Amino acid sequence: MLLEWTVIGVSFAYLCLLFAIAYYGDKRADQGRSLINNPYVYALSIAVYCTSWTFYGSVGRAASSGIHFLPIYLGPTLMAVVWWIVLRKMVRISKANRITSIADFISSRYGKSQLLGGLVTIIAVIGIMPYISLQLKAVSTTFTVLLSHPNLPVAGQIQSAPILTDTAFWVAVLLAAFSILFGTRHIDASEHHEGMVAAIAFESVVKLVAFVAVGLLVTFGLFGGFGDLFSRAAEDPRLLALLEVGDAGRFGDWIALTLLSMVVIVCLPRQFQVAVVENVDEAHIRKAVWMFPLYLLIINIFVLPIAFAGLIVFPEGDINPDIFVLALPMVKGYEGIALLAFIGGLSAATGMVIVETIALATMVCNDLVMPGLLRVRWLALQSRKDLTRLLLAIRRWTIVIVILLGYLYVRLIGESFALVSIGLVSFCAAAQFAPALIGGIFWRGATQKGAVAGLVVGFGVWLYTLLLPSFARSGWLPESFVTDGIFGIALLRPYELFGLGGLEPVTHSLIWSMMANLGAYVLVSLLTRQSAMERIQAALFVDVFRPSGGQGSSRFWRGTAMLAELKALLARFLGRERTERAFAQYAERRGIDLARQREADPQLVSFAENLLGGTIGAASARVMVATVSKGETIGLQEVMEILDEASQVIAYSHQLEQKSRELEAATAELREANERLKELDRMKDDFISTVTHELRTPLTSIRSFSEILHDNPGLAGGQRQEFLAIIIRESERLTRLINQVLDLAKLEAGSMSWTLERVDPAEVVREAVNATSQLFRDKRIPLEVQLDPAAPILWSDRDRLIQVIINLLSNAVKFCAADRDRVEVRLSRESAGGGVVICVKDTGPGIPFHAQPTIFEKFQQIGDMLTAKPEGTGLGLAICRSIVERLGGRIWVSSRPGSGAEFCFRLPERAPAGAKEGTR
Amino acid sequence: MMPRSDSNAGDGTVGFSVLVVDDEPNIVLSLEFLMKQAGFDVRVARDGEAALAAMAERRPDVVLLDVMLPKRDGYDVCQTIRANPAWRDVRILMLTARGRDVEREKGLALGADDYITKPFSTRDVVERVRRFQTEGRH
Repeated sequence: MLLEWTVIGVSFAYLCLLFAIAYYGDKRADQGRSLINNPYVYALSIAVYCTSWTFYGSVGRAASSGIHFLPIYLGPTLMAVVWWIVLRKMVRISKANRITSIADFISSRYGKSQLLGGLVTIIAVIGIMPYISLQLKAVSTTFTVLLSHPNLPVAGQIQSAPILTDTAFWVAVLLAAFSILFGTRHIDASEHHEGMVAAIAFESVVKLVAFVAVGLLVTFGLFGGFGDLFSRAAEDPRLLALLEVGDAGRFGDWIALTLLSMVVIVCLPRQFQVAVVENVDEAHIRKAVWMFPLYLLIINIFVLPIAFAGLIVFPEGDINPDIFVLALPMVKGYEGIALLAFIGGLSAATGMVIVETIALATMVCNDLVMPGLLRVRWLALQSRKDLTRLLLAIRRWTIVIVILLGYLYVRLIGESFALVSIGLVSFCAAAQFAPALIGGIFWRGATQKGAVAGLVVGFGVWLYTLLLPSFARSGWLPESFVTDGIFGIALLRPYELFGLGGLEPVTHSLIWSMMANLGAYVLVSLLTRQSAMERIQAALFVDVFRPSGGQGSSRFWRGTAMLAELKALLARFLGRERTERAFAQYAERRGIDLARQREADPQLVSFAENLLGGTIGAASARVMVATVSKGETIGLQEVMEILDEASQVIAYSHQLEQKSRELEAATAELREANERLKELDRMKDDFISTVTHELRTPLTSIRSFSEILHDNPGLAGGQRQEFLAIIIRESERLTRLINQVLDLAKLEAGSMSWTLERVDPAEVVREAVNATSQLFRDKRIPLEVQLDPAAPILWSDRDRLIQVIINLLSNAVKFCAADRDRVEVRLSRESAGGGVVICVKDTGPGIPFHAQPTIFEKFQQIGDMLTAKPEGTGLGLAICRSIVERLGGRIWVSSRPGSGAEFCFRLPERAPAGAKEGTR
Repeated sequence: MMPRSDSNAGDGTVGFSVLVVDDEPNIVLSLEFLMKQAGFDVRVARDGEAALAAMAERRPDVVLLDVMLPKRDGYDVCQTIRANPAWRDVRILMLTARGRDVEREKGLALGADDYITKPFSTRDVVERVRRFQTEGRH
């Protein structure tokens, strides 16, 4: 049995822990040792997306419509994929422009428009208020449930308590205190609320642990694991239906919810706050891209099992599925887990409320209250010395008011709604920001009027199709408003606008509001013109990644101001000390001495405006700076020129980049060519060295025997003849070698002369056979000749062909053993492509496999290093290959060592014309 | 027996043996003729392995060693000879058709005693072998 004071004590202790963490986080930040400067804290803080709505409501939704709880988490998961493009751009823009909130962002993008900032703020407050009240309601409901143990309250029986004993009230008070303490420490709203973020990240861990603990208990403690639960569900047709998507209309809902949650992950003020304003380092986005979806996955694993378990344990349907998470451990007597679940829900609710109110308070203060106050003359704000206290006071009171409004909402209207529907109503309101927000960073042409039109129309449709009907349900408006439409016009029924029926109210509202919003945004943007200021801001936002983007708006600012006046202005909002520090840093960065200057140059004015924007928002800052500066922003014409110039500069730098890339490529090519030349040079060197060697060898014999004959005139006749014969043979070898070297050199240099004519290949083969017949006779080796009569007449070089065949034949005979081996030459018609194949096959020793790939290279005589040196120059086959290739053919060898070799070459019917390089 | 060998026989050069190692038959033939004419005891090998086999069979006084040899090249043979203490006194005269300085340096570094570039002067070759013979005697 849980005592009331136990629950209160534990909850209070938990909130104290939050305070402690936030305090520690802020202290660390002051010391410059940030606690939140890592991607894990960043990803966890984005998980503030999972509110008590996720914690309790997902199970509730799963229990009533099955897997339709999923799109709310699929959307953000899909969106995370493009975060690196979209979110990073928003973060970069926000840092450059000291953006304080989503209202500030949109207002700043569309020419620092006060109108837009106010509009976004109003929509956010009206749209999100129900969502905040939902959290407060969740806390008080679950508190009551926990205390009513063991008798679970039947749905609809929870009564509103008097305010002073209402848990929701006290939670609201505590959260207001927390938000004020950690949300308004600094006057600069664009600075990070490090303590707050640390606490939020911690809360994300707590709610995840609590939900998974309940899931584990239910799945494995109360039931026999996933298999058990799902097989039981499969037996129950009621449960089985939850696993189906349903008919086409349900698919529409599915897609609509997915799209909706895709955009709200950046459009909800609190998501914008944690993901953009509180981002410390763009690089963190890279990790959050997968960590945040992972978080969503883990927290959703047990949703269906808990929903099934709840429906099985409470078959009567008298327990609200929204409290299954709490009710299941309680009825089974696991009070500790139940308490943990309550704390998890509490953390989910408080996290949301804290961030949302801080975000809303900043927006209300900067985009609604400040612009208003500045207009009220009798307050004479512009002449007050120190406005920092006033600003902080406004923000603190806004927090109190926002939270109390949320509480009021819960007292007045909240009872009639399920958790999920309230959440979706808010989602739909936040989604209205999407066109102006996302369009604004990618579409340069979007105008302020377009953004205003889109927001107004979209919000109007949302009011009519979602909020007003919910009032009607609560009895504030006549029920006939929903059933019959306004003034009884059926076409205007808020849930079936213009006859579009059969959809869930949220899907229906989303379709109409988004169509109206996007349509108005695009259409009006196309029809209206941007002011100079808008054009500047649009360029700054859309081109934030361009090199010149960082330069900021000073390019467009021609006005100057008296330095003293500018300083005084800033000091009023930022405090004297902070202003001095900022100016000193600026001076140091630019290397100038401000003490000597009386006038602030445009760049400094722009810097001051930016700085001020971080505190009171871009639109108000714009107005304030304008009061002390001379010379407005430049005219539209000049803006156009500057932008043109900028785009020319960009185009020029693109050209430069292109040129430098080309240069690099050319350098690389040159280097490669140089390497190739070096390689060729080395090859030539090798070639010359080898040729020298080959020339010296016969020369050595010739010289030796000449000297011997010269020194020994009395040599015996027989020996004398022998030596003279050697001299002659070696001279011939020398001649042959020189001829071949020259031939090859000519072939390679392309200076060989070619005579292309009609050539009968059979005649060519016969000619070559005749020329080598003596060689065959000498070694008594039989030569078989096979001539295909179908071989076509060729257009080729007769003499060169004969040279090739002679080379191959004498090669064959050289490697054949006398009296034993045999050689065969074969001419055949090539079946494919026309042309001929000529092969010379021997039964000699064959060619080792390792030598085959290089056999046609110069001086690659086989036998080198292995057997006795063969006769010949080592150039014959290289020459053959050069000739065959020049005549448009190909030469190859096939051989198995030990069983002969076969050299073949193929020739086309017509040698390519390129081969005809001069005639004899 | 050729007439000119008489003078050498008297000096006690009989038994001064030369091993000719080359893969060009005609060069072997000429060297064999020249060495015999000078009165040396001549044996012949056509490749690196045959050279070492001949060495193992009977130690020569001088090896005329070609560099470009099949199976094991002249450098390899030279190194193997120098690695064997029993062959420390064998004089090695390297012959090569590759005239680059690197090759000369390499040969000498590997333990060759002298180095001749092809085509060589027949008198020069005989001179150098004779010099080995007289040096060996001191």
